[in-house]
Amino acid sequence: MTATAEKTDSTSEVGAVPTFTVTLRILRHDPEGLDGREAGAEYWEEFTVEAFATDRVLDALHTIKWEQDGSLAFRRSCAHGVCGSDAMRINAKNRLACKTLLKDLNPSRPITVEPIKGLPVEKDLIVDMEPFFASYREIMPFLMTTGPTPERERLQSPEERARFDDTTKCIMCAACTTACPVFWTDGQYFGPQAIVGAHRFIFDSRDEGEWDRLEVLNDKAGVWKCRTAFNCTEACPRGIEVTKAISEVKKALTSGEV
Amino acid sequence: MSPAPTLYRGREGMWMWLVHRTTGVAIFFFLLIHVLDTSLVRVSPEAYNEVIGAYKTPIYGLIEAGLVAAIVLHAFNGLRIIAVDRWTWALRHQRMLVWVVWGIFVVMMAAFLPRHLGHVFGGA
Ligand code: HEM
Ligand code: SF4
Ligand code: FES
Repeated sequence: MTATAEKTDSTSEVGAVPTFTVTLRILRHDPEGLDGREAGAEYWEEFTVEAFATDRVLDALHTIKWEQDGSLAFRRSCAHGVCGSDAMRINAKNRLACKTLLKDLNPSRPITVEPIKGLPVEKDLIVDMEPFFASYREIMPFLMTTGPTPERERLQSPEERARFDDTTKCIMCAACTTACPVFWTDGQYFGPQAIVGAHRFIFDSRDEGEWDRLEVLNDKAGVWKCRTAFNCTEACPRGIEVTKAISEVKKALTSGEV
Repeated sequence: MSPAPTLYRGREGMWMWLVHRTTGVAIFFFLLIHVLDTSLVRVSPEAYNEVIGAYKTPIYGLIEAGLVAAIVLHAFNGLRIIAVDRWTWALRHQRMLVWVVWGIFVVMMAAFLPRHLGHVFGGA
């Protein structure tokens, strides 16, 4: 509903937000086989919507779902780039629909929207995220310590904090993992996000489980599968230097030092 | 019958991954064949001469040119990958380094190809 409210507000207040017509070409997947389709049918469908220059791809998807075809399925929650629900392949690249402005995509041509690649599609733009979350669980993404719990908080210097600051920003959208050519062809690979998640704890001075995690990542499904294609870094909507994090984990494994 | 999805629009790094694997596998198979035909000399020197003689034909001359191209690309991109693994500067400038690799490739092939093709087709 925010999107509609925004629209009326911005038109009345600013008055001059330009509008344009844009076509979205969506790769749909129909698990049930409605309207005479086979169950599991995949097909491209085009929708044309009127959009404001301030609209994002998510706004266009909302317009389609609310005004043209209620059966279109996609995930979203926050609509502001923090929950990580709406990673999708927009014009052949992974991005968050809620952070991608239509006007930045050359709206004179149809904009293609597809589900992220490498995870099983459930319906339209919704994929089964379970394999992705399972890899995240493998690296034990929680604080591991020994000894008695201190009475006050565990202190850390700004320098110690800076070592893993970048990887704390992850919102688990899977844009990185499903942009990875190794992940597409090798379902065993943990994928970049699990390594980012591990990095966040491995380089945290308060955590003592670094070698447990490094051991998991030293596995053949782990960090050595990375071929430095940089698709993850380029796809990350949080601007995390994903390949750099992976590289730091590789270095910790080869040097034996964290 | 599912429609074709789009080709993922990755950048230089993704394409060089593909180039590195393709050239690596191509070099591997060429070497494999070469080891096999060289070992022929132990079995039958006549057969060896015949097979090695085939390398003098223009077709093999072109394959050799392709092999040199593959090795040069693979080797210099391999150095790029090592640099990216080792130094943060190279990691952050990997896209520019891709174009450095292609620059070296072009210069080396420009030096090599005229000589090589001169031998192959000039009948020296
Ligand atoms: C000339 C010196 C060479 C250098 C500097 C070099 C460097 C490298 C490097 C750094 C990698 C790792 C790539 C990565 O981590 O993504 C690699 C992979 C590879 N190399 Fe080489 N290499 C050389 C020669 C060769 C030769 C002669 C062959 C063939 C027998 C070969 C076949 C391969 C193959 C098949 C891979 C695996 C590619 C992949 O996993 O995508 N390389 N090379
Ligand atoms: S590292 Fe970036 S792209 Fe990957 S899941 Fe986290 S936020 Fe998304
Ligand atoms: S809807 Fe929450 S990140 Fe896009």
